[in-house]
Formats: sequence, C-alpha cells, structure tokens
Amino acid sequence: MSGAGTPPDTLTLWIVIVSLAVGSFLLRFVFLGMVGSRPMPPWVLRHLRYTAVAILPALVTPLVIWPAATGGAADVPRMAAAVATVTAGLLSRNVLAAILAGVVTLYGLLYLIG
Amino acid sequence: MASTTVNSYFWAGLRAGAPFVVVVAPFGLLFGVLATEAGLNVFESMTFAVTVFAGASQFAALQLMQENAPTIVVLASSLAVNLRMAMYSASLTPYMGKAPLWQRAFAAFFMVDQSYAVSYARFETDPAMTIPDRMAYYAGTCALIAPIWAVATLVGALMGARIPDAFALDFALPITFLAMIAPMLRTPAHVAAALVAVVASIPGSLLPYNLGLLVAGGAGMLVGARTELLLENRKERT
Repeated sequence: MSGAGTPPDTLTLWIVIVSLAVGSFLLRFVFLGMVGSRPMPPWVLRHLRYTAVAILPALVTPLVIWPAATGGAADVPRMAAAVATVTAGLLSRNVLAAILAGVVTLYGLLYLIG
Repeated sequence: MASTTVNSYFWAGLRAGAPFVVVVAPFGLLFGVLATEAGLNVFESMTFAVTVFAGASQFAALQLMQENAPTIVVLASSLAVNLRMAMYSASLTPYMGKAPLWQRAFAAFFMVDQSYAVSYARFETDPAMTIPDRMAYYAGTCALIAPIWAVATLVGALMGARIPDAFALDFALPITFLAMIAPMLRTPAHVAAALVAVVASIPGSLLPYNLGLLVAGGAGMLVGARTELLLENRKERT
C-alpha cells in the first residue's frame, strides 16, 4: 500500500489494537460465555447474518474505483483484476482461486499496459 | 462412536481443520507484509495478529488507519466486519454452552470462520458427542490454524519492507476482500445486501470521516434482513 496515506501514530495504533482485541473477544464470547443456552431473538440473528457480506463490499468498492496507488484515478488493470476476482469467486466458490485470478489479471495487465 | 476417546476427537478436529492451513497461511503472510508496509514494526504487527486474531477485521483496520479515518470509525468498521463471530458464538452455544467457563473463554478467543464451520457441521451430524468430546474436537480444529496464523504473520512482517512497489501490493487487500465476498453470497438476501452496500458506498465515499462505510454497510444489512423476511413470507404463502 505504498503511497496510501501516512502510517498511524503509535498511540492511535495501540488504542486500535487493544480495543479491537477486547472487542473481538467480546463479540466471540457474548453468547457462548454470557447468554448460556437461552435462545436469541430472531431479528438480531437476521441482521448479524448480513454484516460481513455488507461491510466488506462497502469497504472495497471505493478502493477499486479510486485506487490510492494511482492518486485516485480509475485504473484499467485494477478494475479488471477486481472483476476477475469476483467472477472467479462466484464460479469456483473458492477464496484462493479467486485471489489467484485477481493477481494474475492484475500483474498481466500491469505488465502489458504499464 | 461411544468408545471413541476425547483424545481421538481432538485428532479428528485437527484433521478436519488441516486443509484450511492453505487459506490461513497466505492471509497471515499478507497481513504481516501489509502491516509492515503501513509502518508497523514486527512487534506491533505480531501483537495485532495474535490478540485480535481476525483477518478481515485486521485488514479493515489497517486500511482505515492509513486513510487517517477517526479512531472511532476504524473501531466501529473493523468490529462490524467481525460481527459474524457473535452469530457463530450464538449458534455454538447450544452445543458448548454447558462446558466450563474457562473452556468457553478459550473457545471464544480462538473462534474463526473455519473452526466454527467445521465444528458446527460435526456437532449437528453427531448428536451423540458429549460436551468434552465437542470441546476436544473444537480445540483440534483450532490447533493448527492458530499457530500457523502467528507464524505466517511473523514471516510476512519480516519480509514485508523488502517487497518492491512493482508488485502493486496496494491492491492485495481489495483482491483479498473481493475473494472473500463471493463465497458468502449464498442466498438472494446475501446478494441483495452486497449489491446495496456496493451502490451506497459510491455516494457514501463523499461523507466525511469514512462514515460512508458504516452507512453503506448498515444499508446492506437492513436490505439483507428485509429480503430474507420477504422471501420467507413468500415461501410460506405458496
């Protein structure tokens, strides 16, 4: 991620690490440790089910459209690599195959186009 | 299976979790590399990986810190990525909820997508397992994944700064996330959630403090939940 913003300062970094460590543990522990065997309200589960599948695309879309490495200019190799990754992922349902397709497309086009 | 000892359940879990080493090792390596590129030293990268122990959250936090997002947005977004762990925790509770508290605490700490998925599938199909059997099996599924995550991160952090710009590592993270999304699109509701999140994140990127991420992610979650309800109701009517 060369050229993508500045490195975080030490204090901020440690606040993030410690808070995420505690937060991630609590998320994993909350039901198993605290709720015991009481059932969960269905509407809570229904929303939890879609967190990862919503947050990850929302995070990644601007990175694909306005890549930091090109100073925010749309970039054919990166756009094509994104499309290749998703397509391979949908076809294979395999994370590593999808990554490989994206990387090959990205390097191939960077080599061809520059 | 009644004669099977707790010990052999551990080994069964270990074998079931072993294939995922292929998935976990490259992710750990990549995190170590990207963390070093972002300016973290080896100790910081390792502490991050070993205490947070959640790939997608770690990557999200790293990305947002580099964009100088406010700390609260970094935390909210990274934890939101990890909210699915709460769901895993809830669905394991009927099977492991009666184990001693310290065992449940360990189980919670080491919970990852793979250990959850493998264990849950086994518990569902093998109701004869006792609580110690289940805990041993679960421990087995984590026993390879966790140390390999740490070692891979260390290797990545040690070699990170030596990788030249030509490798376009800036795009390693978007590719990783995109690759993780596709297998999650199991139902029309998942697809709807992802599509709404993508569309909303484009105008959302105009919002200050990276708030667009939370707005777009929240919109995706709501639409996913609504779609699920709609589809269920339709199924009941026919």
